[in-house]
Amino acid sequence: MSGLNQTGIAGDPHSPIHRLDPRAKLIGLAGVTLVAVSTPLEAWPAYVACAATLIVVAALARVHPRTVWTRVRVVLPLVLFVAVFVPFVREGDPVDLGPVTVSEQGLATFATVSAKAILGTCSAVLLGATTSFPDVLHALERLRAPRLLILIAAFMYRYLFVIVDEVSRMRAALAARGYAPRHALQAAAIGRVATALFLRTYERAERVHLAMVARGWTQTMPRLNVLTYTRADAIFVGALAASLLSVRVIAA
Amino acid sequence: MSCAIHARGLRFTYPNGVVGLDGVDLHVTHGERVAVLGPNGAGKTTLMLQLNALLKGEGELEVAGLRAGEDVRELRSRVGLVFQDPDDQLFMPTVREDVAFGPLNRGCSREEVEDRIAEALAAVRMQELADRAPHQLSLGQRRRVAIATVLAMRPSLLVLDEPSANLDPRTRRELMELLDRVERTMLVVTHDLPLAATLCERAVILSAGRIVADGPCPDILGDTDLLAAHDLELPEGFDLGRVPLRA
Repeated sequence: MSGLNQTGIAGDPHSPIHRLDPRAKLIGLAGVTLVAVSTPLEAWPAYVACAATLIVVAALARVHPRTVWTRVRVVLPLVLFVAVFVPFVREGDPVDLGPVTVSEQGLATFATVSAKAILGTCSAVLLGATTSFPDVLHALERLRAPRLLILIAAFMYRYLFVIVDEVSRMRAALAARGYAPRHALQAAAIGRVATALFLRTYERAERVHLAMVARGWTQTMPRLNVLTYTRADAIFVGALAASLLSVRVIAA
Repeated sequence: MSCAIHARGLRFTYPNGVVGLDGVDLHVTHGERVAVLGPNGAGKTTLMLQLNALLKGEGELEVAGLRAGEDVRELRSRVGLVFQDPDDQLFMPTVREDVAFGPLNRGCSREEVEDRIAEALAAVRMQELADRAPHQLSLGQRRRVAIATVLAMRPSLLVLDEPSANLDPRTRRELMELLDRVERTMLVVTHDLPLAATLCERAVILSAGRIVADGPCPDILGDTDLLAAHDLELPEGFDLGRVPLRA
């Protein structure tokens, strides 16, 4: 499972962006998404400003465009797949595009939805490339996101690799005994694998809980590293907010 | 604190009626290293969980100077449990944070936590891998970290569940050497009789929830009939006489 065995950090880990407080990156990049999502087509310069901001952040963090592309590629097609039907479905002035006819309003909607999707996905990818998942969770916790959800996400992240390993061992065990399903009825074995996996995971959860209690767990996750919000973080968030909001207001 | 463990008539029945412990009598003094041997389902893990008040049975039990149910928080820092599967024990994103988990729960200061992390990781020789995630480590390394997470709580009694399970011979030997250097009262729950012979001076056999034999390790492990009666046996060709016997 080499693809999963990474922290997700890309680019130069010592870049000014990587070293920012995870809260600053979370707020800043979520802000870019928010501005993009709230912008109508007429205020298109705001899209350009968002894109420019993301390019600057990526360049500062030395995240290679290819890295961004390989990660964006995973999410974006799903989003765009929905948007691509809008020009055909939506009513409006007809536009002839060779063999097909689409509506002008539909095309406009498609363009804005695509722009928003691309910008939102890219800023999430950049957050992931510059901030480790545990750091994002730590930031969310400090920003008062519900503790329980953060705890669930943290355990999911920790045990994902363990569970994936278990699944691949079970698959290997099935294949080793000649399991190669050809029709739907043979899929029953997969159901049993899923059941076994659920039970194993449940039992593991109980053992993990015992191990936590044995070391004096008190319902909250203790944190070793303290997040420090420095001037650089304030400048980062301030610069993003000032530039994007002014373009957004002027363009509208 | 007169003794590390003092149990008399300790009984425990699981909610589904399965008897885990059926009157365990066990007395361990400070500094002793005791191997707990026994077939599967003999109640070894149940006994281990009792020692940290994770399960509460009936009967007399005093661990590390505290009576059962007295001060659970203090008890859990005096008694360190190392679970069999290190993936159960290592649940934090990095090794360092996992080792810090216990001391932080105790409310130690930052400097003290850092001291304890350094001390515990040095004891298991894992300083270089402090910032790794647990899934990036080998099983042997994870087991060493699991021991460090417990040592960081500076327990007076260390309880290990099958410390050598699934390890290759070399990693197993290194782990035994590491454990041999740890100056603690130790209770080692294991199937690995050579490990028991090397590490512990005393052995008890737990069978069907009772202690059925208790004595010096060489005597217990030398009694082939006793071992066979409880589904235990030494590996073929293993010579008890050549084990570096502990004083």
